[in-house]
Amino acid sequence: MVSKTLYDKLWDSHLVVERDDGSALLYIDRHILHEVTSPQAFEGLRVSGRKPWRLDTNIATPDHNISTDRAEREAGVQGISDQISRIQVQTLDDNCDLFGIKEFKMNEMGQGIVHVMGPELGVTMPGMTVVCGDSHTATHGALGCLAHGIGTSEVEHVLATQCLVATKMKNLRVTVDGELGFGVTPKDVVLAIIGKIGTAGGSGYAIEFAGSAFASMSIEGRMTVCNMAIEAGSRVGLMGVDDKTIDYIKGRQFAPKAALWEQAKAYWKTLVSDSDAPFDSEVRIHADTIAPQVSWGTSPEMVSPVSENIPLISNQTTSEQKQTLRRALDYMGLHEGQSISSILIDRVFIGSCTNSRIEDMRAAAAIAKGRKKAESVKQVLVVPGSQMVKSQAEAEGLHEVFLNAGMEWREPGCSMCLAMNSDKLGAGEHCASTSNRNFEGRQGIGGRTHLMSPAMAAAAAVSGHIIDVRELLSGVG
Amino acid sequence: MRAFTKHRGLVGPMDRVNVDTDMIIPKQFLKSIKRSGFGVNLFDELRYLDEGEPGQDCSNRPLNMNFALNQPRYAGASILLARKNFGCGSSREHAPWALDDFGFRVIIAPSFADIFYNNCFKNGLLPVILTEDEVEFLFKELYETNGFSLSVDLLQSEVVMESEQKFNFHIDEFSRDCLIKGLDEIGLTLQNSGEIKRYELKRASMHPWIFGEIE
Repeated sequence: MVSKTLYDKLWDSHLVVERDDGSALLYIDRHILHEVTSPQAFEGLRVSGRKPWRLDTNIATPDHNISTDRAEREAGVQGISDQISRIQVQTLDDNCDLFGIKEFKMNEMGQGIVHVMGPELGVTMPGMTVVCGDSHTATHGALGCLAHGIGTSEVEHVLATQCLVATKMKNLRVTVDGELGFGVTPKDVVLAIIGKIGTAGGSGYAIEFAGSAFASMSIEGRMTVCNMAIEAGSRVGLMGVDDKTIDYIKGRQFAPKAALWEQAKAYWKTLVSDSDAPFDSEVRIHADTIAPQVSWGTSPEMVSPVSENIPLISNQTTSEQKQTLRRALDYMGLHEGQSISSILIDRVFIGSCTNSRIEDMRAAAAIAKGRKKAESVKQVLVVPGSQMVKSQAEAEGLHEVFLNAGMEWREPGCSMCLAMNSDKLGAGEHCASTSNRNFEGRQGIGGRTHLMSPAMAAAAAVSGHIIDVRELLSGVG
Repeated sequence: MRAFTKHRGLVGPMDRVNVDTDMIIPKQFLKSIKRSGFGVNLFDELRYLDEGEPGQDCSNRPLNMNFALNQPRYAGASILLARKNFGCGSSREHAPWALDDFGFRVIIAPSFADIFYNNCFKNGLLPVILTEDEVEFLFKELYETNGFSLSVDLLQSEVVMESEQKFNFHIDEFSRDCLIKGLDEIGLTLQNSGEIKRYELKRASMHPWIFGEIE
């Protein structure tokens, strides 16, 4: 039998039609919708008089543009102060009601950031194809899914046909073996990978993350890694199924039960790359070379260990690299050779589909506990990824830790990761952020984003500048 | 979908690498529930000196004249010449909608981000991949030649300069065919309804838990 990678297996098991021209129809098992990229797709269905092919595969929730302020949320959809946002959220509710699609509405238990909600409810399971009109859909690949982001035309295509037209990607394996050092988290691992292969290094590939560093990671940590595959240029990031994957899914709301559970489990265990499966490309990193990471530029590949300095322009090889670095530093208000720990922080954002799960909340709270937000830091937003994360964190008293430290405890949503709502940076402000993109203007016009782990962001919050979190952890671990 | 066979037009530059979709159309404009009207906000943060809001009349906003596409020599450009990894970042189809609404029909770059590249085809916008050297050469010609225009022929898969110098490009056969004929992809897929239903039956017997109700 031909040896296959996990991606090959998932591709083959979802092939509906293979065309002579190299394209294929791929069956989609799970489709997640949100308010921003779906309205035009539903409108397209209406205009062409088409109906969804299957209803029970779709699940929706608002997350991108909703307020995270408790008072505004309690006022419901009608209370959304931004009229254009209100119409968009209302439109999702209306479309789901009209077409009969299951939606976890804004303040319902179950609502959350699409990529936090799917796994925690058990609606995404190993072996599935999962799509959503959001580029961070690769998150679900941590469960052994073939998951990727799609555009709005494809949202409409999936609604109408339950399939996507696809061409097969190549296989890239990123292996991280060894044990992560003290204070080093999954976020640091994925930032280090992006720093190594670059923001387009994974273009055209499905990335499988393999090796003992991922095997010993929690499922939440694996999601953080797969989440940022797109920041390395790859639509798809995924990991093989192991006992942790199966234990994670067991008992979740939409997970199979009884005999179906046993049947599913037996199948899921086959969802790993064959030991001699051929990969088109391989990257290896040793875990003990990875330190806590911080981005200092305007692309996720502009990232360094916290102890280092910003690169020198003269060390860049091509004139294009020199110009790109100069432009990034000019935007960031930083200079070459500056130490990363000297960067002062104005605001802190702990949240997003990358880092808003219960473990992330715990990691941030462990640093915030018994400490106070630095005077110079204007705001620290802690935004749980879902109603379930929020409820769990509150049961553990984490919200009190944050509030006692002078931080804000918000309602679930995408918040300042993309700043579509009122959570945003002012021009020139530096933000320690657990999100996934540091593009110009991403968190607000003129805002300056530094990507890092939840523990590192909390450490920056209490210190007023970027700091190696291990300095605050020493003696604790 | 609008068909694309051949297009001749003025070329405009976007001379930086890794142009992301946040740059192409900033997030505040994604609140719209429509597909059209994004052109006035294309490259909003680079193009204007003030902060743009959705629904605003952009005709009197202060322009950033350092932004190349604001220069009179590029007014009316319908072919965008760009650098590598164009369209990286978010999956927002608002990015090709904005480029299209602005008047671009073709984008030429050494490489595109995967999702953006896909999204272009759904909107009759042609992304053309040329080599880094070819793109570098075209940038040089563009900066040196007033009114620099190109012809892009999808039937021949070539970009042609006025000097008749030609550059070949490759597009996968399916996307090329859909674009040339302006095919409705959903309609095309629905011609395979029988195969889709057969697949579902087979799959439901193998993996029944996939077909559980979400309610």
